[in-house]
Amino acid sequence: MNLIKGRLFHILVPVVSVLLGLLIGGIIMLVSNYNPISAYAALIDGIFGNGYNLGETIRAASPLILSGLAVAFAFRTGLFNIGVEGQLLVGWLASVYVGIHFDLPKVIHLPFAILAGAAAGALWGVIPGFLKAKFKVHEVITTIMMNYIALYTTNGIIRAYMLAPGERTKDIKESASLASPWLQQLTEFSRLHYGIVVAILAAVIMWFILWKTTTGYELRAVGFNQHASQYAGINVSKNIVLAMAISGAFAGAAGTMEGLGTYQYMTINNAFTGVGFDGIAVSLLGANGSVGIIIAALLFGGLKIGSLTMQSAAGVPTELVGIVIALIIFFVASSYLIRWLTNRFTKGGKI
Amino acid sequence: MEYVIEMRNIRKEFPGIVANDNVTLQVKKGEIHALLGENGAGKSTLMNVLFGLYQPEQGEIYVKGKPISITDPNIANRLGIGMVHQHFMLVENFTVTENIILGKEITTGGRVDLKKAAKEVKALSDRYGLSVDPNAKIENISVGMQQRVEILKTLYRGAEILIFDEPTAVLTPQEIHELMEIMKKLVAEGKSIILITHKLKEIMEACDRCTVIRRGRGIGTVDVAETNPDKLAAMMVGREVNFKVDKTDASPKQTVLKIENLVVEDARKVPVVDGLNLEIKAGEILGIAGVDGNGQTELLEAITGLRKVVRGTVELNGKNITNHKPRKVTEAGVGHIPQDRHKHGLVLDFSIGTNMVLQTYYQQPFSKHKILKFPAIFEKANQLIKEFDVRTPSEHTLARALSGGNQQKAIIAREVDRSPDFLIAAQPTRGLDVGAIEFIHSKLIEERDKGKAVLLLSFELDEVMNVSDRIAVIYEGKIVAIVDPEETTEQELGLLMAGGKKQKAGDRSESH
Repeated sequence: MNLIKGRLFHILVPVVSVLLGLLIGGIIMLVSNYNPISAYAALIDGIFGNGYNLGETIRAASPLILSGLAVAFAFRTGLFNIGVEGQLLVGWLASVYVGIHFDLPKVIHLPFAILAGAAAGALWGVIPGFLKAKFKVHEVITTIMMNYIALYTTNGIIRAYMLAPGERTKDIKESASLASPWLQQLTEFSRLHYGIVVAILAAVIMWFILWKTTTGYELRAVGFNQHASQYAGINVSKNIVLAMAISGAFAGAAGTMEGLGTYQYMTINNAFTGVGFDGIAVSLLGANGSVGIIIAALLFGGLKIGSLTMQSAAGVPTELVGIVIALIIFFVASSYLIRWLTNRFTKGGKI
Repeated sequence: MEYVIEMRNIRKEFPGIVANDNVTLQVKKGEIHALLGENGAGKSTLMNVLFGLYQPEQGEIYVKGKPISITDPNIANRLGIGMVHQHFMLVENFTVTENIILGKEITTGGRVDLKKAAKEVKALSDRYGLSVDPNAKIENISVGMQQRVEILKTLYRGAEILIFDEPTAVLTPQEIHELMEIMKKLVAEGKSIILITHKLKEIMEACDRCTVIRRGRGIGTVDVAETNPDKLAAMMVGREVNFKVDKTDASPKQTVLKIENLVVEDARKVPVVDGLNLEIKAGEILGIAGVDGNGQTELLEAITGLRKVVRGTVELNGKNITNHKPRKVTEAGVGHIPQDRHKHGLVLDFSIGTNMVLQTYYQQPFSKHKILKFPAIFEKANQLIKEFDVRTPSEHTLARALSGGNQQKAIIAREVDRSPDFLIAAQPTRGLDVGAIEFIHSKLIEERDKGKAVLLLSFELDEVMNVSDRIAVIYEGKIVAIVDPEETTEQELGLLMAGGKKQKAGDRSESH
């Protein structure tokens, strides 16, 4: 009985958070002299209205799923990976490099390019993992710093060795591309690519590693209680490094969504893409679970894509969607508030 | 008859559980009143009701004869009810005075007047014979002293009725004795004390009357002078309890664990185990007696591979296991019931079922090719839950949700089930009630009778003396004496534990 209540609550928190976020977002629109009803109508139209919008939503969600998985995987093992953004950038570059410089049949080239991106992300994650395991340096600090190193290093490498006209690399070869004319045609020529398949596969992989393998058992044990893990003969240092590697691999794979899917190249980035940071929000809203993350990523992807229509059709600036997203995060983070509210409504105030 | 505290027919419900049902507690002025019950019997709930943390569904509370509704702890404080918590609420790097006045500072012109405060603390301490140094830092004083600071905190706030929540759990025998004296002095000065405990010896020694709770229900109140430990235990548990640990004489065989000249350092590089020698044989329980902090923890950590051995050797069945990794030590045949079950013994956020395979999850049949086999894991968990009477709603319940006794039973089940040649039981009954203690002792003896070597570390002298076949006294990182529990006395052990020489015992064993 209690267990069901607990589960229900886990689902209830994000749902109520989203509703509250939309509601208060609407109030803010009202105060700012926008019509929330027409704004949300345009938003929904912008997500589901036509094949193109739907395709773009799914496309935008694919890297978000992976960056969300990266954050969640680290979180499940007791680590805060704030470095998803940097791991994503190096993953992006590595996949593009393989995509440009190798000549292989597609069945080998594409997986190779994705794995190269994941490996680069993993490597980028291993460094803070190692520093934590060996010298007890807090991973939040090192991963944040690694983000900046990644941003400027990838830019430097592109500028020095891979530059093509337009502040970017050359296009990758067709054999390494995730792009799918079939999916594009299906969605009125959106940029939808096979990345969503990779993302969902990764979600399954995360669930499987964490809950079905001895490795996942060890990783979670270390995350919850290092002392008991040590007592049980689990190598704590090794598992911290491994957790960061796997988390970084998911983040690197998120980068391949951009490099091999959406863009087919890598640009010199003036600033962070934000996809890595959004992963924190996705993972939070998705309660660190595979299914939750897929749903949360689709929601965030939808809000982002839909906000474009909201601006053009209803004249409401896209920034308001940013506010709605921020509100949703706020409510998830303050789940205590929702617990309190639901208790008020259901039990007449008794806790 | 007027009572300082009277709780009449208290009933407190939580979803699915009645924590208190028709409990009546009447405390006279100037008495030490024991509140006795097993773990989870509802003692803490009742005290939280008195302290204003919970509101009862039924029943009334009278303070000095007046009906009062205590809706929050501030009201309790104003009524002169103070709580000495089991887990101290002290700021480690503040002085005694700073801790005591925290939240009730004496100020002159906006500045905290520490000198004046220290004087007041000193006066208060002298009055009740607490001999606390007001200027000492908390981190530098003993646990017993820290507890006195907690007592002073409540007195400083004008408490008339002091609630002690299992105060002796963390104390050495000497400190327990001193605490009893302090409590007697407090009541002599007109204070009233409620002592929450499940230790019958303390009740017999210090208390005037005793109220017993069993599974949330008030069983009754008795005069301590007119009862005895057997009767109290029967009231508490609801059946006759056997205090004498039933065991036959040990028949020790070959040496299982052999420690030679062991040196282990703590984090500050101080050798806390300093040239220790010890042998434990198959078929015996060796108890280690000692005041906390004489190297016991480090010794166990060194044996199990959790701490580096600087010098010396540890041999198990003739094989060197010095500085082996914890898993290799475990696989070599060592079972370890750790001192701190929350820190080392369990992953509290795992289900009790998955905790049952914490040492074996990587082996068949619990996993194969690194894939966990949950049917096998839960089958084993259910078998152990039944065999060791672990009371849990199901094998999927989080370990965190279980009571201390059941958590401990789960750990013991896990460690004993692997049938290790050498079993370490570190404070296996800490904080548990008599029923659970009885069970755990019988399990340890069962292992001994199966021909295993058992090392028992305990800070309860009674336990060491009742369960062990031999007692090794540890002092400053060395085994200073090995005595026969049949022939030694608590006084002699206490002396040896404090670094005294073994004379009487030596004489006696020679005369045999």
